[in-house]
Amino acid sequence: MVDQQNSPVARPGALRRFWDSDMGWSFRHSPVAVISLLVVAILALGAIFAPWIAPYDPFDPASLNLMNGFTPPMQPNAFTGEIFWLGTDDQGRDVFSTILFGLRISLFVGFSAVVLAMVLGITLGLLAGYLGGWVDTIIMRLADVQLTFPAILVAMLIFGIAKGVIPVEYRDQMAIWVLILAIGLSDWVQFARVVRGATLVEKNKEYVAAARLIGRSGPAIMLRHILPNVLSPVLVIATISLALAIIAEATLSFLGIGAPPTQPSLGTLIRIGQGFLFSGEWWILLFPAGTLLALALSVNLLGDWLRDALNPKLR
Amino acid sequence: MLAYIIRRVFQSVLVLLIVGLIAFSMFRFVGDPVENMLGQERTIEDVERLRDNLGLNDPFPMQYWNFLSNALQGDFGMSYRQGRPVAEILMERAPATLELAAVSGLFAIVFGIGFGVLTAIRRDGVLANLVMTVSLIGVSLPTFLIGILLIYVFSVELNWLPSFGRGEVTQIGGWSTGFLTESGLKALILPAITLGLYQMTLIMRLVRSEMLEVLRQDYIRFARARGLSERAVNFRHALKNTLVPVITVTGLQLGSIIAFAIITETVFQWPGVGLLFINAVQFVDIPVMAAYLMLISVMFVGINLIVDLLYVAIDPRLRSDHSARGH
Repeated sequence: MVDQQNSPVARPGALRRFWDSDMGWSFRHSPVAVISLLVVAILALGAIFAPWIAPYDPFDPASLNLMNGFTPPMQPNAFTGEIFWLGTDDQGRDVFSTILFGLRISLFVGFSAVVLAMVLGITLGLLAGYLGGWVDTIIMRLADVQLTFPAILVAMLIFGIAKGVIPVEYRDQMAIWVLILAIGLSDWVQFARVVRGATLVEKNKEYVAAARLIGRSGPAIMLRHILPNVLSPVLVIATISLALAIIAEATLSFLGIGAPPTQPSLGTLIRIGQGFLFSGEWWILLFPAGTLLALALSVNLLGDWLRDALNPKLR
Repeated sequence: MLAYIIRRVFQSVLVLLIVGLIAFSMFRFVGDPVENMLGQERTIEDVERLRDNLGLNDPFPMQYWNFLSNALQGDFGMSYRQGRPVAEILMERAPATLELAAVSGLFAIVFGIGFGVLTAIRRDGVLANLVMTVSLIGVSLPTFLIGILLIYVFSVELNWLPSFGRGEVTQIGGWSTGFLTESGLKALILPAITLGLYQMTLIMRLVRSEMLEVLRQDYIRFARARGLSERAVNFRHALKNTLVPVITVTGLQLGSIIAFAIITETVFQWPGVGLLFINAVQFVDIPVMAAYLMLISVMFVGINLIVDLLYVAIDPRLRSDHSARGH
């Protein structure tokens, strides 16, 4: 996502260089950014290593004991005496484990959707900015039409159409991929607009003219010369888009048109938990909701910090 | 000026035609309409006759044209799931959504402007800081979580307000209203707050930043020097000059309120158009989806057009370089 996330595994030289750079200084002096990164890192690690960390496997029917159902957090179950940190749901599944696995799906969908939107947006933005003319007109008109509608509405519609095209027996298996497609396609416009704008500025600079003079092809100029110079605003948008994509995924799944109950994301868990609100089992709802909130909020705050750090002109 | 208006209207019609084409393609190519209408016991002749009757054998542009002219006359076909005309179902559901949208829009405007002025005038006050902090959290919270949170506090714990449905409704002609009964009004409160909260924070932040900008102007200092009361300066001079951008943003947000009603209506099981749309997506009821898409795009495009034209009418400076704002 952002390079400092990879820093622990990168060579010490790179880490050192980042630490001493302006970005590193701004990062060290922003407690909000440090805490947000910490939260995101913990949640991401928890999601990646869920199969090893989770005390129970929520998708293995053999490990489930219905007697454990509705155990409140940190209290021994009345029948079996087992203790669950965050309690259990109606089927005796450990809430902590389902959250870890749900986080995995939420992050996977959010991340993949942003990558899809980014690739699509950068490609179309570069083409529109570099080629101009009717290519530019068509791409940007399309972007305008799509911008007229809220992204979540576009995603719902794409999801609905895809559901109609896919045969019934494959719908549940394909749901995650359809979700990625729907959110990704609903979000490319931001990337395309920014990349196009930056490309329009860059293509008149001397280094592009020089590259053209020595006979480099159009695609090579776009990818090797212009693209690296327009990447920093893309990074900011990608981070903010990640927060939006995670929320969009949760919303769609909550509405029952996203991740299926067999592969629950955080949104699906919240949808399931809402049913137990009135009977007093608040933990089934509140813990997934809190996790989603922590994730979305810290990614958002990281994006804010990144925007300010990369653009000293703002404030 | 006239050229600008004509160009904007032309663009809007083009957008609507494209949306209509998408809706028509959904209708025509996602699933087979004949398959959906005829039962198990059909003969090849039945299928052919129905194809002919529905005009499915006509050339594509001809079918598109028929589809559009039917839609313009309010005929959106039959719902696959309910077996009734889509237009009829939509008319039945529309009052619930429109009442909800109107109340939450009003809530957003009144509290948005109120809090915006408050936080701008008393920048360092305790209340202003509190409002700003809460609004920051409010922007990051997904709408459905706000709804659930409100239900948890006010329906489950305090048991003050209902958590789902519209309460008792009264029929006036073809319009069912929840405004006339106590339970109807009570049922409106939580959904309206859920739906309006995001728009409220948006308006509040806009009013606040515009106010801070205006309060720095010379004419405000002059008004103070003339000895006008603080109240007159703040409301008669400052607030009035912040209203143009506020009106624009509020207008553009009207469409979003109706679109985001989908989420609120699902949380509160509010029997409106949004809930209808979500159910249509769940059960792949293509005619309902297509009709909703067309209605909402007419609304969005219409609002965009009106706001753009109003902007030019209100602010004479835009008339000379109108190309800057062209969509």
